[in-house]
Amino acid sequence: MRIEIKRAIYEKNDQLAAAINARLRARGVFTVNILGSPGAGKTSLVRQVAERLHGPLAVIEGDVSSDIDTQALRALGVDAWQIETGGDCHLNAPMIEAILGKMDVKDGSWLLIENIGNLICPAEFVVGEDLKLVVSSAAEGHDKPLKYPAIFGRSAACVLTKLDIAEAIGFDEGAFRKGIETVAPGLPIFPLNGRSGAGAGKIAAWLESARSAVRK
Amino acid sequence: MHEAGAAQAIVEMLSGLAREKGASRVSSVRVVAGETAAYMEESLAFYLGFFAKGGPVEGARLELEVIKPRMKCKACGLEFERQRFSFSCPACGGDAVATDLGTEFYIDSAEFEFGPDGAAASRVPDSASAATGADGPSAAPAQGASPTPPSQD
Repeated sequence: MRIEIKRAIYEKNDQLAAAINARLRARGVFTVNILGSPGAGKTSLVRQVAERLHGPLAVIEGDVSSDIDTQALRALGVDAWQIETGGDCHLNAPMIEAILGKMDVKDGSWLLIENIGNLICPAEFVVGEDLKLVVSSAAEGHDKPLKYPAIFGRSAACVLTKLDIAEAIGFDEGAFRKGIETVAPGLPIFPLNGRSGAGAGKIAAWLESARSAVRK
Repeated sequence: MHEAGAAQAIVEMLSGLAREKGASRVSSVRVVAGETAAYMEESLAFYLGFFAKGGPVEGARLELEVIKPRMKCKACGLEFERQRFSFSCPACGGDAVATDLGTEFYIDSAEFEFGPDGAAASRVPDSASAATGADGPSAAPAQGASPTPPSQD
């Protein structure tokens, strides 16, 4: 007997993510899920905006293996926590629920979640975030929005890194922007130099305004 | 790789439904996936077989309906199915933008089998129209008519 089901395959994850988000929001915590390929500059973005955002801040670092990023952030005084998935290619809501139980996220905090470096699976899983931010580097090539439309389409903004080497590697920023307009029309693009921090002020200001919009 | 997690979630949901409905096994499952969700049928079927072992979903056949992404032309407004390797409007050649169609990922329906005595079938709730037949064939889900994609956000 064929029975109609019509239920989202990740509904359990979605329900837990919604519960996590509601709990965090009630405590004034604003949560950002940072996506991008390995080496795009996600940790550099975290480092740069952590210095510029107002209020307490906590970071969850997701990696398949190692706690290199967490150690580097802790050395800078950032309250960073590591999820080591041991193979899983994305973070999911149960992983975030588990680590939040160990953390002491203060009321009114920023919670930055750096997802596993991957342009496919992390786009499919909500983890309790208020918004997704995708980091893309010139080094990856200007065709990424057209090749991985879902991750750009589901993000609220795009951070574009490593533009200082664009000419040397033939990165065409116009083509990149055109790709964004195709798969995610109107998506704001913020250039960032992850090493010098140039551009980070604008990103922090945008995040502050996104947070104010949620509070209203 | 992400097919593994998806297959596990499908097996969990179907096993739960089989228990709820008193079905002895699930013989097939129809999954709807947008092309931009990027699920490979062979891989999904492989992991489904792996995770279903020993439970009511073991041996279930996967039917995967892939929804082509729809685009809308910024110049002439035409809505069209995106062709592989192309993002331009087939009518005027203008630039097009993506729509939400093509990002779905949900279980549409499944074939449940019940015990030989038929007693289990009576436990199927009335919401499954096929169980009662009272609403006639018009109550059956329209083939090819996609519901609003379940939101991921």
